[in-house]
Amino acid sequence: MDGPTLLVGLAGVLATSAPIAVASIGESLAERSGVINLSVNGTILLSAMGSFAVAVTTGSLVLGFILGAIIGAVVALLVAFGSITLRRSQVAVGFVLTLFCRDLSYFLGNPFMGDKGPRLAEHGIPLLQRIPILGTLIFKHDVMTYFSFVLIIVAWWWVYRTRPGLTLRAIGERPEAAFARGARVNLLRYTYTVVGGALVGLAGPMYSLSVKAGWKGTISGLDGLGWIVLAIVIFGAWNPVRVAFGAYLFGLLQWLSVVLQPSLQGIPSQVLQVAPFPLMILTLLFVNVGNAEWVDRILASLPEASRKRVAKILRSLRVVQPRSLGVPFEPD
Amino acid sequence: MADLAARVRDHFTRERWINIGLQIGALVLALVLTTVILVAAGAPPLSAYWQIIKGAVGSVTGFSNVLVAWVPLLLAASGVLVTFAAGLWNIGVEGQIVFGAVLTTWVMRLMQDTAMSPALVIIIALIAGMVGGALWAALAGVLKTFGGVNEIFGGLGLNYVAAALTLWLIFGPWKRPGIGSMSGTEPFPDKLALPTIAGLRLSPWSLGLGILAVIIVYILLERTYFGLKLKATGASNRAAFLLGVPTWQYGLVAFLACGALAGLAGAVQVTAVYHRLIPSISSGYGYLGLMIGMLIAYRAAWVAPIALFFAALNIGSIQLPIVLKLDSTLSGVLQGALVLFVVLVEGARQRYLRRAGLKPGGA
Repeated sequence: MDGPTLLVGLAGVLATSAPIAVASIGESLAERSGVINLSVNGTILLSAMGSFAVAVTTGSLVLGFILGAIIGAVVALLVAFGSITLRRSQVAVGFVLTLFCRDLSYFLGNPFMGDKGPRLAEHGIPLLQRIPILGTLIFKHDVMTYFSFVLIIVAWWWVYRTRPGLTLRAIGERPEAAFARGARVNLLRYTYTVVGGALVGLAGPMYSLSVKAGWKGTISGLDGLGWIVLAIVIFGAWNPVRVAFGAYLFGLLQWLSVVLQPSLQGIPSQVLQVAPFPLMILTLLFVNVGNAEWVDRILASLPEASRKRVAKILRSLRVVQPRSLGVPFEPD
Repeated sequence: MADLAARVRDHFTRERWINIGLQIGALVLALVLTTVILVAAGAPPLSAYWQIIKGAVGSVTGFSNVLVAWVPLLLAASGVLVTFAAGLWNIGVEGQIVFGAVLTTWVMRLMQDTAMSPALVIIIALIAGMVGGALWAALAGVLKTFGGVNEIFGGLGLNYVAAALTLWLIFGPWKRPGIGSMSGTEPFPDKLALPTIAGLRLSPWSLGLGILAVIIVYILLERTYFGLKLKATGASNRAAFLLGVPTWQYGLVAFLACGALAGLAGAVQVTAVYHRLIPSISSGYGYLGLMIGMLIAYRAAWVAPIALFFAALNIGSIQLPIVLKLDSTLSGVLQGALVLFVVLVEGARQRYLRRAGLKPGGA
């Protein structure tokens, strides 16, 4: 593979990973505040279908993307209402919604299957796109891919460099302390869950109107991606930059499996298609195993020098979830 | 006699009537939402519902097919209750059904040409299915217990792996003579099928297994010390541990039990329904089992009727694409809406009680 081809390929990775990056960052914000929105898989399917149907009917891409965000926000609002106001299990509400939205997308999307719809066009940024290497890599994309770049930076800055971001981290870690300092914990949790849900909802049209344009029902190839998003959030330790890195890593691996297909003849296609899932389990194993008790015991039996080295590696991989993730907060 | 009257009166207290009313309210809300969705899709709601009812109970064949779908749902849902009791979210039921079916098929392929009696082969195949489901569940359980991988992600990932494994087997090593196809592996000879009622697809044997599983799980959870300790683990892991319950071991046992029941569901689908391995051998019954578990709020006594209702919806909607050009996922939409509203309405009831100061907290 020559230089220019490789460059275009990598630029493609940035574009195809954009929906995953946006959805993962949205979910990270919700989980940072203490709410797991488990409906991601169904939300992406429903917003992909809904946006596509609207864009086909009205011919407007903008309406499609707006509807995608609204669908994500509404589903997230249900999760927030069920878990914060009604104190149901977040996992239960999210899981029901994920199945409900999936079936609903297949049911309502049936008449639109295989229709030809509009597709977001690429817009190179004047001047910047002429920069060698970087121009092709970053400045020749569609508008939603630029949005994903900006979102990574803005979300990181918000979480780690602003006062509201500090409050966000506080309500996910120690809501009582944040409450005592005047934070309206449950209102903020509602807000972040809904905003995060809207971002997850945007991932739908980013697929159906751009990266994987069209709606093909059960063979759209979108079912399962939402679960990858949830795993990437853990891998990324709820840090927008690390989460985006996880999304790009996933995109890179998918691209490699396509590029290397000719030399992977011996491996059946079914194995390649589900390769992300065992990979997801292994990744979660790597980032979590450092927390296990038996690992500490084995470490203690190692000689001093190697123990320090292994412990260091494990600690650098390890993620610790927000302390109050999934725990309801009672103001009184 | 007076004693009995008093007991009946106590049983149907005002609160109980309100509860029943709320459950019916949830059902009505689910129907309203589904009707709105049907209207939005430009479909005639009443004829859609009529089709579902007719498809499910309109004929002997239809109703016997409902019972055929009831069996794997009974097995999956009662398995799910065991893990729910231990406070675990076994989303991997789906994959456990599939891997059970895979092991059943494997054992039957090995033994179909031997001189063993068909009855023995079937029994071994059913046991193999249970072992397969338990193994697949053990994977998720070990990942959770020793690797810190949440059972939701472990189980879910393994679902996709099991589905891919089936496809690979059907198009690879176990493909039909000639070329592999989506229709599955080569069917087993008739003598290796669980006997069915003449003219129907329903096997009284598998029906018996399903009902037996529900009864065993009910007794286990509601009438044994083991079940009590399991529920203690689920209610408060730490408290149970301090009281001397070996909590992680109990969690693993719950996984194994659920996996065995799910695997048996897979084995039944192979030996009694399809007589071969097909790509979608689990038909989503695992996920549906989880939904049933949530709907009945984990009360074992309700598994049988709700599973029957869900099976009826599934079978009833099969004709929708042909008669009304609607996607058969309508049953899933209705089931999802129902579970959602039941969960939310129960939350609203407890919130009202909390606010009114009638009951402290409650989860």
